[in-house]
Amino acid sequence: MQRSILITAMALLFSCIVNATPEQDKKLFQKFYTDRFSDIPISEFSNGVYALDQDARDQWEATLDFPPYEYALEEGEELFDTPFRNGKNYASCFENGGINIRQNYPTFNRQRNTLITLELAINECRAENGENFLAYGKGEIAKISAYMASTSEGSIINIVTPTKGNGLADYKKGKQYFYTKRGQLNFSCANCHLQNAGRKVRSETLSTALGHPTHFPVYRMKWGGFGTLQRRIASCDAQVRAQPLLGQSETYKALEYFLTYMSNGLPINGPASRK
Amino acid sequence: MNILLKKLTLNTILIGLLLVSFASATVADKADGKKIAFDRKKGNCLACHVMGDGDMAGNVGPPLIAMKIRFPDRAILKAQIWDATAKNPISIMPPFGKHYVLTDDEIESLLDYLYTL
Ligand code: HEC
Ligand code: HEC
Repeated sequence: MQRSILITAMALLFSCIVNATPEQDKKLFQKFYTDRFSDIPISEFSNGVYALDQDARDQWEATLDFPPYEYALEEGEELFDTPFRNGKNYASCFENGGINIRQNYPTFNRQRNTLITLELAINECRAENGENFLAYGKGEIAKISAYMASTSEGSIINIVTPTKGNGLADYKKGKQYFYTKRGQLNFSCANCHLQNAGRKVRSETLSTALGHPTHFPVYRMKWGGFGTLQRRIASCDAQVRAQPLLGQSETYKALEYFLTYMSNGLPINGPASRK
Repeated sequence: MNILLKKLTLNTILIGLLLVSFASATVADKADGKKIAFDRKKGNCLACHVMGDGDMAGNVGPPLIAMKIRFPDRAILKAQIWDATAKNPISIMPPFGKHYVLTDDEIESLLDYLYTL
């Protein structure tokens, strides 16, 4: 009798975990970090590793008087404002002329039944106006995206909760990618950015996954330029000796969707600079 | 007779060469164990463990100290390196043997080095 109650209770718990709604996932996800780093205000996680590592933060803050991305960001604004050959411009493709919308992406488009990231939307805008697609990870697209992010400074990430159909399926696909071990070195994203956030690998402190999408595209010294969130993710995949996926592949879009939904409620503070 | 002598000397030289190469192999292996542990492209154990005189060590895993006392059984230590997930399924430590990150020989030299810690 007692035994069967125990089994029922365990079965219930298990089905809760497996069948948790995105909303429940998000609550638990955020609680994990706010419990573990109880002295850090949740909005601080938008600063990535600098929320956790004071030494690294001091070095970083010293560079902020003249942010290394300033020039590239200006180029992004110019590109954004430059009309296409047909006379139209990027603003014509987006809600609110493309200003202050970063916090709503990725968005699940119900009519088209597919996920749209901001970079995908930028390229679709180009295609609609007879221009060629840009490469997804860096260069022009990252500059334009960085400019668009900068117009969302302080706006709260507001991804609509996936509830059914392909939106929910994409969410689950992203969640699965986040928690699955991969590559010759056998790491999941969660191994590093959840389980071991705040600890050091060599001299690098591991950032929390909470807050990852708030400040992209990031200007990385190592890259000497801007890179999108998916470019950064691809380099983490390569680090664990897994085959990185293509930018805007269904799986990376799904992962970006999951990660960004987990950060709902945090302020946009991009673009940012990183080592 | 002459031929026999020639053969003999050749054999001695060969055996001598073999001995020399064996000797240098053992010396090289001892040094290699540490190199394998520190090399970012090999064990990169320092990424997660404080060990020996390695600098810029991470702190994801426990410090590797007093190995002889804590791991009297070499097979148990080897199993941890071969596949840490056998013992702890969510271990972050890469399965160095199981995923062919290191060869069996490399792991054996690594073990020799670990036992000096
Ligand atoms: C072996 C450890 C490891 C794994 C596995 C890993 N990362 Fe990382 N990641 C790092 C390190 C180290 C950095 C640089 C320091 C930092 O910001 O955390 C980093 C940085 C990042 C950043 C940039 C953060 C910022 O503020 O600029 C993102 C985003 C990221 N990782 C996402 C992921 C995702 C998604 C996955 C899985 C697909 C993943 N990482 C897997 C170690 C890892
Ligand atoms: C990415 C992190 C990581 C790397 C790289 C790593 N380890 Fe570990 N190691 C751990 C963790 C975490 C533990 C704790 C037990 C567990 O989770 O398996 C551990 C446990 C151990 C233990 C057991 C220690 C004890 O006190 O119980 C040994 C021995 C060990 N590691 C050796 C190595 C060696 C040798 C290498 C390199 C060839 C290495 N580790 C690389 C993370 C790592």
